[in-house]
Amino acid sequence: MIRYMMSKILANRANWAWPYAIILTIFVIMPLVMIVYYSFQDAEGQWSLHNFHKFFLSTDSVNTLIYSIGIAMITTILCILLGYPAAYFMAKTEYRLPKVMASLFILPMWINVLLRTLATVALFDFAHLPLGEGALVFGMVYNFLPFMVYPIYNTMLKMDGSLIEAAQDLGASPRKVFTEVFLPLSMPGVYSGIVMVFMPTISTFALAELLTMNNVKLFGTLIQENINAGLLGYGAALSLIVLILIGLTSFFDSEE
Amino acid sequence: MKKVFANAYIWILMLLLYAPILLILVFSFTEAKVLGTWTGFSTNLYRNLLMGEAGEALNNAIYNTVLIALVAAAVSTILGTFAAIGIHNMRHGRVRQAITFTNNIPMINPDIITGISIFLLFVFLGIGRGLFCVICAHIAFCTPYVVLNVMPQLMKMNPNLYEAALDLGATPMQALRKVIIPELKSGMISGFILAITLSVDDFAVTLFTKGSGTVETLSTYIYADARKGGLTPELRPLFSIIFLVILVLLVFYNLKTAKQTSNN
Repeated sequence: MIRYMMSKILANRANWAWPYAIILTIFVIMPLVMIVYYSFQDAEGQWSLHNFHKFFLSTDSVNTLIYSIGIAMITTILCILLGYPAAYFMAKTEYRLPKVMASLFILPMWINVLLRTLATVALFDFAHLPLGEGALVFGMVYNFLPFMVYPIYNTMLKMDGSLIEAAQDLGASPRKVFTEVFLPLSMPGVYSGIVMVFMPTISTFALAELLTMNNVKLFGTLIQENINAGLLGYGAALSLIVLILIGLTSFFDSEE
Repeated sequence: MKKVFANAYIWILMLLLYAPILLILVFSFTEAKVLGTWTGFSTNLYRNLLMGEAGEALNNAIYNTVLIALVAAAVSTILGTFAAIGIHNMRHGRVRQAITFTNNIPMINPDIITGISIFLLFVFLGIGRGLFCVICAHIAFCTPYVVLNVMPQLMKMNPNLYEAALDLGATPMQALRKVIIPELKSGMISGFILAITLSVDDFAVTLFTKGSGTVETLSTYIYADARKGGLTPELRPLFSIIFLVILVLLVFYNLKTAKQTSNN
């Protein structure tokens, strides 16, 4: 009987997604509900807006958020400026770059991110450069560049070449072809890149710690410190703020 | 001229990206405790590492990293493949939309949020953190990538193959094993490899889900080490070996696919 029912259920292949749907509910949706739940609880376990009050009344916390957004913007812009040409040169066959090049951009990811960062710190020491904001931005760009190059590169590869040819045939100058056809068509890749770089940068903590000798605090540092200190409600509230910002940026992504 | 510029640009960028890695490679051949000091050529660090004399803590961290990555990647690949087949066969409706939307969340969420949210769930349920919690969290953030890798393969597959197998008398399980899985194999393999990569590279999620116990992975071990101010020197040969193995695999794979495309 059970065997018969099982085979009936399995015969409809749409049902094969259910185990994963359950896992998603337990390990993705429930945890997010927990962030909301804890952020509206005060230390005594009562419902309150206490954590959000605390955040907006603390100039330090608000400043850390604004500062992190600033650093994240600089990192994202530098990643676009460096990554877009790189993706362009690799995607266009006329430059004859070997195909393995794109994979070489992600290969460093196989060296542990913290070890790579510590090596960057050693490089800065070698060159007698001071650790601090400059090193932080360098380390962030270094770490997140592949996440910008890859989506742009993929979008460019999938691009419909006939549209570009059509523009050329209709007499557009190379500059016009680029600005009017190629660039707009590659923008979805740039948007994905922004989503992949911007938010992770804001919520970084270990990189900032290592690259600035713990002198610069990012929003991620603030979250980590509060969670470590056992202030779960406040940590959850700060996480919820990050989630809201993600909602806003991915809305910007899906607009396209 | 343009070609020279493009090549120069890419190579300079590569040099910058690889500079810290070259540093690790070079300094894996000297014994100095501090990264960046040269005390003469020596292969002692390699010997220590391979003979298991780099310290109990490092050996444990290596063991845990491998264990977590293999279990999480295996479970994610099975779970994700079934999920992809399920989603592919669903009607376009709310349920399908909800699953694909939720599938995207772990990919968009920064690691720290994924880690803290799962940590809060375990606190709420009163379950202690540790190896189990870490593996669950890794499965949660790896599976979406498997789904994403298997989906395109399903789109390419002839939808009648499965029905044909059933008509010819195969049970659904036989049809799965003999017809569907072989068609999805390349997507499953790339999903599995990606899952291992993400799991090994992960730091923030593991940090929040491992609890205060003794479960350390390489990432958390390095973090703890760096905070103490010193870095176990044997980490240099360890990651040099990992890097070179992956590099060789990558070049080999590229040569193979290049050969295949030129043969076609």
